[in-house]
Amino acid sequence: MILDHLPALQVVVPLLAAPLIVLLRSGRAGWFITTAVSWISFVISILLFIQVQQTGVISYALGSWPPPWGIEYRVDVLSAYVLVLVSGIASVVLPYARASILAEVPSDRHYLLYSMFALFLCGLLGIAITGDAFNVFVFLEVSSLSGYVLIALGRDKRALRASFQYLIMGTIGATLYVIGVGLLYLMTGTLNLADMAERIRAVEETRPVLVALAFITVGLSLKIALFPLHVWLPGAYTFAPSAVAAFMAGTATKVSVYVLLRFVFGVFGVRLVLPDLALLEMLIIFSAVAMVVASLVALFEKDLKRLLAYSSVAQIGYITLGLGIANADGLTASVAHLFNHGVTKAALFMLVGGIVLRLGTSRMDALAGLSRRMPVTCIGVALAGLSLVGAPGTAGFITKWHLVLAALQEGQWWIVVVIAASSLLAAAYVWRFVEIAYLRQPPAGAVTKEEAPLQLLVPAWVLVAACIYFGLDTSFSLGGARDAAAFLLGGVR
Amino acid sequence: MCLPAAAATQSNDGESMTLASHYSYWMTILLMITGLYIVVARGNLIKKLIGLGIFQTSVYLIYIAPGKLIGGTAPIVAEGFKIYSNPLPHVLILTAIVVGVATLALGLALVVRIYEEYGSIEEDTILEVERRDEADQEKAGDRS
Repeated sequence: MILDHLPALQVVVPLLAAPLIVLLRSGRAGWFITTAVSWISFVISILLFIQVQQTGVISYALGSWPPPWGIEYRVDVLSAYVLVLVSGIASVVLPYARASILAEVPSDRHYLLYSMFALFLCGLLGIAITGDAFNVFVFLEVSSLSGYVLIALGRDKRALRASFQYLIMGTIGATLYVIGVGLLYLMTGTLNLADMAERIRAVEETRPVLVALAFITVGLSLKIALFPLHVWLPGAYTFAPSAVAAFMAGTATKVSVYVLLRFVFGVFGVRLVLPDLALLEMLIIFSAVAMVVASLVALFEKDLKRLLAYSSVAQIGYITLGLGIANADGLTASVAHLFNHGVTKAALFMLVGGIVLRLGTSRMDALAGLSRRMPVTCIGVALAGLSLVGAPGTAGFITKWHLVLAALQEGQWWIVVVIAASSLLAAAYVWRFVEIAYLRQPPAGAVTKEEAPLQLLVPAWVLVAACIYFGLDTSFSLGGARDAAAFLLGGVR
Repeated sequence: MCLPAAAATQSNDGESMTLASHYSYWMTILLMITGLYIVVARGNLIKKLIGLGIFQTSVYLIYIAPGKLIGGTAPIVAEGFKIYSNPLPHVLILTAIVVGVATLALGLALVVRIYEEYGSIEEDTILEVERRDEADQEKAGDRS
C-alpha cells in the first residue's frame, strides 16, 4: 500500500522531479512540475504528521535493509513538524515564484532554477526525515549545493560573490560535521542515530565523543548562521532571487537547527552535554549577542532585504536561545519559533520581492512614501513586522512569551532583559520601514498607485495571514512544538 | 568493530602508542590545519578552493585509516581468514569524494562567472569593485 511508503516518497518525488525538469528544458513546465511536487510533498508531510500523532514513531527501512545496517527513515513528532514547515512554505512560495522569477532571472535559465529548487526541497526534506548520521550529511550537501546555485542566479553580480562565500563557509561547516560523525562512528561503530544514542552510553566520557560533539556543534552552527558564524547569510539572502530568498529564509537554517536539536538531545543527551562542556551556556551567550548585535546592525542597514537578513540572524538567536536554556518551555519556544519565524520571514521576503519588482530596488531611501503606491504590500510588511517584534496576537509573540517563561523558570533574569532589548530594537527597525513608507513624502513624479501583481500578493498575504492566525490559534504550532520538546527531553537520561 | 585503529595498534606485537603508530592521524591533522589555513589566509579564489580540497581530503583519511585492520581481508567469508576489514568507511568516503568533486566543480564554475563579471579572482580587487559600485549607486540615488 502506498501509505506505507510515504517516508520514501517524501524525498523521492522531488528528487525525481529535478532531472525531469532539466530534460524538459522549459521554464513553464519546470514551474508547473515543481509546484505540483511541492504540493504533493505538503500533502505527504501532513499525512505523516497525522500518522505520527496516531501511531508514534514511523520507522522506514530504505530498500528493506533493516536498521541499523541499512539507512532508516525515521519520522517522529519533531521531524514531522519540520517536514510540514518546509513543504508548506515551499508550496506557498512556488505559486509566487513564477511571476517573480520571470522578472528577475533571464528566461533561458528558468528550467535550471526550478530543477535546483526541486533538489533544494529534496535535500531539506531528506535532512528532516533521515535517521542516519551520514545520510544527513549527504542531504545537507544536496540542499547546500543546489542552494549555492539558486543564490548565484540572482541578477546582481554580487550574488556570485555571496554564493561563493556561502560555498566556502557551508562546505567548511559540512566538513566539520562529517569529522564529528566520523569520530562518533569510530567510537560507536554505527551511523544510525537511534542506535548511536544507545551505544554512546558505554563511551560517553571519552575524549573523542566530546570532540565529536564540539565538531558537530560548530559545523552545524555555520549552517545555522549562529552569530558570529553568520557572515555568509546577509549577502546570500540579499542577492538571491526574491522567491529563493523567501524559501531559504523560511527553511534552510531551520533544518540545520533541527539537526543540532537531534544530536544534542537525541544522541548525546543532556547529561553528557551539561556538566563537561559549557556547550549550552555558550549557546545562550552567543544567542544573546546575536539577538542584540544583529538587531543593531539591522537598524542601520540601507537596504530592506539586508535589514531582513540581519533580522534573521537575530531571530536565529531566539531559536538557539531556547535550545540553550534546554527546559521544556525553552525547547517548545525553540521548535515553535522554527515555524513562526519561518512563516514570518518568508512572508516578508515575498512582500519585498513585490517591491523589488515594482521599484527595481529595495534600498531604504527609494521606499519613501511607498504606502501610497503599494498600500496592500506595505500593510503586509507592517503586520509581518509586528510578528518579528513579537507583538501580542502575532506568531512571534507566542515564542517570545515561552522564551521568557523558560528563562524565568531557570531564574535567568538577564535573559529576559536581553529578549526585551532585542524586541525593542526589532520594533525600531520595523518602525524605520513604517516611517519611510508612511510618513515621508513620495519623490516628485512618482507613480501614484501601482500595486504588486496578484500572483505575488496572494501567496505573500497567505503567509501574512498565517502570522496572525498562528498568533491566535496555537494548536498546531505550539501543540506540535510541545510534543516535540517532550519527545526530545524524553530521550534525555 | 569498536575502535578498529586501537585494535590494530595493539596487534602490532604489543607495541605501545607512539608517534609513529598514529602516523595517519598526525597526517590527517596536518592536512586539516593546512587546508583550513589556506582557505582563511589566501585571497585568491582558486587557492581558497585548493585549500578547501585539502581540508576535505583530510576527512577522507579520518574514515579510511581506521577502516584498515592489519592483516585483515575483504569481508568475504572464506577458510583461513579470521580478521576482516570493515568496508563501510570506504563506501561512505566514496560518497564524500563525489560530494567534494561536485563542490569543487561548482566552486570553479562560480569563479569563472566571478572573473567574467569582476575581471579578477583576487578577493581584495573584487571588494574594491563592489565598494566603487556601491558608491556610484549612492551618488545616483542622491541625484534622483
